[in-house]
Amino acid sequence: MKTRILIAALAFLAAAPAFVTGVVAADGPAGPKLPSGPHPITLDVQAESTHREIVDDVKNMRNYADQPPLIPHAIRDYQIDLNINKCMTCHDRRNTQGSQAPMVSVTHFQDRDGQTLGTVSARRYFCTQCHVPQTDAKPIVGNSFRDFDAVLGTAGREGGK
Amino acid sequence: MAIKTFLLQCWRVFARPSVHFSLGFLTLGGFIAGVVFWGGFNTALEATNKEAFCISCHEMRDNPYEELKQTIHFTNRSGVRASCPDCHVPHEWTDKIARKMQASKEVWGKIFGTIDTREKFLDKRRELAEHEWSRLKANNSLECRNCHSAESMDITKQNPRAANMHETYLFTGQNTCIDCHKGIAHRLPDMHGIDPGWSMKTSAK
Ligand code: HEC
Ligand code: HEC
Ligand code: HEC
Ligand code: HEC
Ligand code: HEC
Ligand code: HEC
Repeated sequence: MKTRILIAALAFLAAAPAFVTGVVAADGPAGPKLPSGPHPITLDVQAESTHREIVDDVKNMRNYADQPPLIPHAIRDYQIDLNINKCMTCHDRRNTQGSQAPMVSVTHFQDRDGQTLGTVSARRYFCTQCHVPQTDAKPIVGNSFRDFDAVLGTAGREGGK
Repeated sequence: MAIKTFLLQCWRVFARPSVHFSLGFLTLGGFIAGVVFWGGFNTALEATNKEAFCISCHEMRDNPYEELKQTIHFTNRSGVRASCPDCHVPHEWTDKIARKMQASKEVWGKIFGTIDTREKFLDKRRELAEHEWSRLKANNSLECRNCHSAESMDITKQNPRAANMHETYLFTGQNTCIDCHKGIAHRLPDMHGIDPGWSMKTSAK
């Protein structure tokens, strides 16, 4: 019994520096809490919270006409390989009536020589190369992109005048 | 000859009505022994109903288990973990026996090493998966429904995409979970020729 208490006390003592630095880290300012300059390797830097995926099924506006549209739904564990392309179980021409998903556009059928094939060409097979879901994370770097209408001042005008 | 007389003697002792023990003791004793043996049988069966048993075979550990670890049925916000027997062995007692009989075939497979490498497993995967699909199709996805039930599904809480599907095909009884949710726990085999559960071809049937 006594030895157990002794061991517990020793373990507590050994862990004390970790407790202390832990407290210091928690007191730091918001944002990534990495102190500049050398710091003890025992210091735990708290990870930033992960961001939530936006999976509300609401289509996003494209910033330019041929932007690959963002994926508005969950794609966790969707398998895309030689065995199956999960995306195509809904977005393939043959399956859209049942799934009510938009069909992949015909540009996806074109190979690099501009030949239109019967189905998705090899270079468009790996959908997530171009189409990605979004999270609610704030961009780390700002973006000064202005779309076509903003540049030409044509917002709201239709008919190509 | 000696053995024969010995056996005969044994039989006589066994067949003679008891002089030392009361009838009550014998019936009660028999009853208790029965309970103990039946319990032992059950316990043995329970032991084979644990994930640890399944993954004691490398075929099961290196392939399905490794893959399961990546999926939502291993870690999720609810902290509920689906283990192999949750999806693969029915909870009904009779189904259980039937499944155990089939499992003996697996033990056979192990002994004769039908799938001792990843490659062999992948080669066989379509066939094995098809067994599971047809089993789940036949029992209306019983194992899935042990945890998820269509009745308790609040589709207003689901994403529109999921809600639409469930409303159109599940609640109408047209299709069952496994028609649409293949590959939720493991990587899929070559899926050529298999229609998704919402394909107009399957649902027209
Ligand atoms: C279960 C059927 C299903 C699967 C599987 C599926 N989608 Fe979708 N997808 C839809 C539906 C339905 C929509 C329409 C919007 C919504 O309901 O989310 C959609 C919308 C989209 C859009 C937006 C189109 C637009 O015009 O804005 C993209 C891009 C997309 N999906 C890509 C993918 C990719 C990439 C995959 C595979 C990783 C995939 N989808 C798998 C059903 C599916
Ligand atoms: C090389 C990049 C690329 C790949 C790979 C790719 N797409 Fe696209 N996708 C685009 C672009 C660009 C657009 C928008 C312009 C267009 O339609 O061509 C688009 C449009 C779409 C649309 C909207 C079509 C419409 O008419 O509203 C869907 C749906 C879609 N893709 C699904 C997929 C699926 C599913 C895959 C995988 C099989 C895939 N894409 C692979 C670039 C790609
Ligand atoms: C003795 C090693 C071993 C054990 C233990 C084992 N399996 Fe298997 N399992 C195999 C082998 C080998 C196969 C392939 C059998 C074949 O070739 O038909 C297999 C096939 C399967 C299949 C494919 C189904 C089918 O009908 O073809 C499933 C599902 C499965 N096992 C689940 C389980 C579960 C669940 C457990 C635990 C209750 C378990 N296994 C325990 C070796 C084992
Ligand atoms: C959430 C349910 C679920 C859990 C948990 C689960 N499986 Fe499966 N398993 C399935 C389904 C469904 C299939 C049918 C094939 C498919 O759709 O991927 C399957 C197929 C299999 C197969 C046939 C080969 C294949 O990959 O298709 C084996 C073997 C197997 N499971 C073993 C296991 C073992 C071992 C475990 C535990 C480590 C396990 N499963 C856990 C649902 C599950
Ligand atoms: C042991 C209970 C259990 C069993 C058995 C089970 N599930 Fe689940 N399932 C869960 C839990 C827990 C979650 C995660 C819920 C959450 O936190 O979102 C889940 C999630 C899911 C999801 C949502 C996936 C996603 O990405 O959001 C689907 C689809 C699903 N299960 C289908 C099935 C199917 C099909 C079967 C039968 C083969 C099955 N489940 C068997 C407990 C189970
Ligand atoms: C007609 C096809 C179909 C059937 C039948 C079906 N589902 Fe689904 N289910 C879907 C689709 C499509 C989604 C959304 C896409 C995804 O999660 O991959 C979905 C999503 C889910 C989700 C996640 C919900 C969410 O809001 O993200 C769960 C859980 C689920 N299904 C469970 C089940 C169970 C359990 C059954 C059987 C009682 C079942 N489904 C039957 C097609 C189906």
